[in-house]
Amino acid sequence: MKGWKEIPDGGLILEPGNSVEYKTGSWRAKRPVWDKEKCINCLICWIQCPDNAIIVENEKIRGINYDYCKGCGICASICPKEAISMEEEK
Amino acid sequence: MKILGMNGDNAVAYAMKQINPDVVAGYPITPQTIAIEKFSEYVADGEVDTEFVAVESEHSAMSACIGASASGGRVMTSTASAGLAFMWEMLYVAASTRLPIVMNVMNRALSAPINIHCDHSDSMGARDSGWIQIYGENVQEGYDNIIQAVKIAESAGLPVMPCFDGFIVSHAVERVEALDDEKVKNFIGIYKSEHPLLDVENPVTYGPFDMYDYYMEHKKQEHEAMKAALKIVKDVGKEYEKISGRSYDTLSEHRLDDAELAVIALGSTAGTAREAVDEMRKKGINAGSLKLRLFRPFPYEDIRNALKNVKAIAVMDRCDSFGAFGGPMFSEIRSALYKTSDAEVVNYIYGLGGRDVTTNHIKKVISDLNNISTTGKVKEYVQYLGVR
Ligand code: SF4
Ligand code: SF4
Repeated sequence: MKGWKEIPDGGLILEPGNSVEYKTGSWRAKRPVWDKEKCINCLICWIQCPDNAIIVENEKIRGINYDYCKGCGICASICPKEAISMEEEK
Repeated sequence: MKILGMNGDNAVAYAMKQINPDVVAGYPITPQTIAIEKFSEYVADGEVDTEFVAVESEHSAMSACIGASASGGRVMTSTASAGLAFMWEMLYVAASTRLPIVMNVMNRALSAPINIHCDHSDSMGARDSGWIQIYGENVQEGYDNIIQAVKIAESAGLPVMPCFDGFIVSHAVERVEALDDEKVKNFIGIYKSEHPLLDVENPVTYGPFDMYDYYMEHKKQEHEAMKAALKIVKDVGKEYEKISGRSYDTLSEHRLDDAELAVIALGSTAGTAREAVDEMRKKGINAGSLKLRLFRPFPYEDIRNALKNVKAIAVMDRCDSFGAFGGPMFSEIRSALYKTSDAEVVNYIYGLGGRDVTTNHIKKVISDLNNISTTGKVKEYVQYLGVR
């Protein structure tokens, strides 16, 4: 981590979009597990996820980005097909 | 140069007109009202280019100043008493975000009971907020300090609060030597913010969330900036002398060279103290006085030097720090002298809510010091002066 001489004064952030460097996945107590078989690709979870952690390619769910998923459980509670379940982090 | 008759508030407005800041967000409060009122007249008459923001409270005034300063403008305001107290949260934001805002404070007591007259409880309460604090004795110093404050703030990357006594200075008409507009303009130069919010080519985030991983590093930066400001205040004072003929430092001494007894005050009382010292000298009492100009950053080395030969010292605090061992200036000066001086240091809390302090009061203080110095005994370290 940087020292006080190496960071901008006053708490300013000079590089835009730097939240990608902040891996919020370390906050997770419960992990969402996605079941491909049950999923109908309605993308509701993708819209609702506050951390943009649902991976989508060609309008289809591909999985969950555990680097940023902080385990809030919104996706699991909102899924109409119960295709996401929250499991204890080991 | 122009010689004008102005009260303190008008002198602040006049200096602000010469500075011609980009933004002024202000809210009226006695005894500061005249300054903002007069300045808004300059705006209405087109004598300045300033964007004047009439806000609904002091909290909003400081918030608007913060936004405008972050956007890259040169920003000023002024307040007093409850107005300053209402800004509390934002004072810290301005300083910690390192915004060079200049805000004159016309010192006034805090409620309750409600009182509109002078004491220093407003600005002294803000002494830990990260603002540089400069205290002026009279209207001339009030005028001079505000011009210097702009340069100090922008060099130090910290906000500056020039203060002077409400009513005693704010409402007293005195002779003021005002600099030519051109001189002021050249002295302060053009302000160029390093990271203006309005620079869309270089986006910047102001005021993000800061966790325990970096918060302390940001406080350390502020700590160091405040330390570095001491030299900046001195340098700007010297530079200002070149254009005005009036010299400014962190403090000024009066007959301290050979003094055994010293009275320390800031603001208008420093003048009363000089007068009392002169009268006591005529009676053969070896007194001197010290006027403190800079309170933040605290010039402890200059104080040690100025007081190195005295035997007894009275620190005059125009506010109480309830429950503490004496007023704020007393604590700092006693602490500065610890292990470097054998002098007894006592404290007088005086002038609260505008209670008059005369040369007779200060002469009594000097007599007390004389007793301490001859008997070596202190009856009371902290006492109220002029109370029934
Ligand atoms: S648990 Fe929360 S953060 Fe993680 S994928 Fe689901 S909605 Fe996104
Ligand atoms: S909400 Fe459920 S069904 Fe819809 S895309 Fe997400 S996981 Fe699939």
